[in-house]
Amino acid sequence: MINKISPSIADALSVVRDGHTVLIGGFGTSGIPAELIDGLIEHGARELTVVNNNAGNGDTGLAALLAAGRVRKIICSFPRQADSHVFDGLYRAGQIELELVPQGNLAERLRAAGAGIGGFFTPTGYGTALAEGKESREINGRHYVFESPLPGDVALIKAERGDRWGNLTYRKAARNFGPVMAMAARHTIATVHELAELGELDPETIVTPGIHVGKIVCIDRVATQAGGFKGSV
Amino acid sequence: MTYQKRSKAELAQRVARDIHDGAYVNLGIGMPTQVANHLAPGIEVVLHSENGILGMGPAPAAGLEDYDLINAGKQPVTLLPGGAYFHHADSFGMMRGGHLDICVLGAFQVSATGDLANWSTGEPGAIPAVGGAMDLAVGAKQTWVMMDLLDKQGRSKVVPTCSYPLTGVACVKRIYTDLATLACTPQGLQLIDKVDGLAHAELERLVGLPIAA
Repeated sequence: MINKISPSIADALSVVRDGHTVLIGGFGTSGIPAELIDGLIEHGARELTVVNNNAGNGDTGLAALLAAGRVRKIICSFPRQADSHVFDGLYRAGQIELELVPQGNLAERLRAAGAGIGGFFTPTGYGTALAEGKESREINGRHYVFESPLPGDVALIKAERGDRWGNLTYRKAARNFGPVMAMAARHTIATVHELAELGELDPETIVTPGIHVGKIVCIDRVATQAGGFKGSV
Repeated sequence: MTYQKRSKAELAQRVARDIHDGAYVNLGIGMPTQVANHLAPGIEVVLHSENGILGMGPAPAAGLEDYDLINAGKQPVTLLPGGAYFHHADSFGMMRGGHLDICVLGAFQVSATGDLANWSTGEPGAIPAVGGAMDLAVGAKQTWVMMDLLDKQGRSKVVPTCSYPLTGVACVKRIYTDLATLACTPQGLQLIDKVDGLAHAELERLVGLPIAA
């Protein structure tokens, strides 16, 4: 019998090790798996490489993980925001490494990792500082830059509903990086707000099939907080 | 002759006038967001947001904000009937794959041949952040820039060669500014329109580059 439902966040996170690359879903605060990040802080893993679109908002969630000194390197597209003061301070003090990746390259590198692609040529970034040192190629008269896959050891995903096979649905634009990160990691851990019986989720609406999910934890629904813009802090 | 600059609202109106019925459009953060408020009544334009939304609607009424449904600037929005959600790789595939008709971006500098600089001023100590700017610049069928022609020191932001770090090479087709609308071509700038009373020679003097009439 397959049962991916985990009794607690601590149990679900037991696969995390020091030095792991942790893919964390979310765009600003939308889709950020705040409860799993709090659990990761409690877990205590260090020297992590974190992949997220941003680099934390305010003082909670990803910002708190950074503040706790657990993250060696962050791979993201947009660290600087109105409320990214925790990251800003660490970066200026030279206490965190930053790999800046154009957002679409970040998504596609994750997708490539999950899909078994050895890399891809993209027009994004050609001729810019973010393509320096990378292989480029002219294809049908257009210039492209080679980008590598970006796999994770663990992915932390916020979903909406799930079942014991690990099938997931998402809510509104909180879906964002969830589906590609779920595919790109060896161990994907998702929170859901509702557990469904097998067969209850309409197969036409399942976005992430359970094959990509290792563990599911059901948590209470808390309204997503504003973050990432002036006036949200 | 005297001339009046286009106000922010007039500039947004000017851009909106060139967006056709049925267009799929991505409006960048900041000034371009305002274009949505000036689209002609009766036309249907489908707005794309990089975080996985097509058919993005206006801000919700106070008290109805849902922060699972936000725009690229992370502000709360709504979804129009017919709208759809999709994941990030699909969203950027939509962009990179040339499926969007128009993308409107802000800029620090644009070169006469359409090089764009809008993600970093390269200042030492500044924290770099690129977001979706490089993907947007090269992805849409047409990339338009919307900005003031001159910076706060009165220097033209349309330049022979960008001095700020590039976002994309030869990717901008049109520049909408408070003084004139210009096309970027491999041969250089071409005039589309300018505000009343601004002489062609004066516009060329302000920009510091030849502009084909």
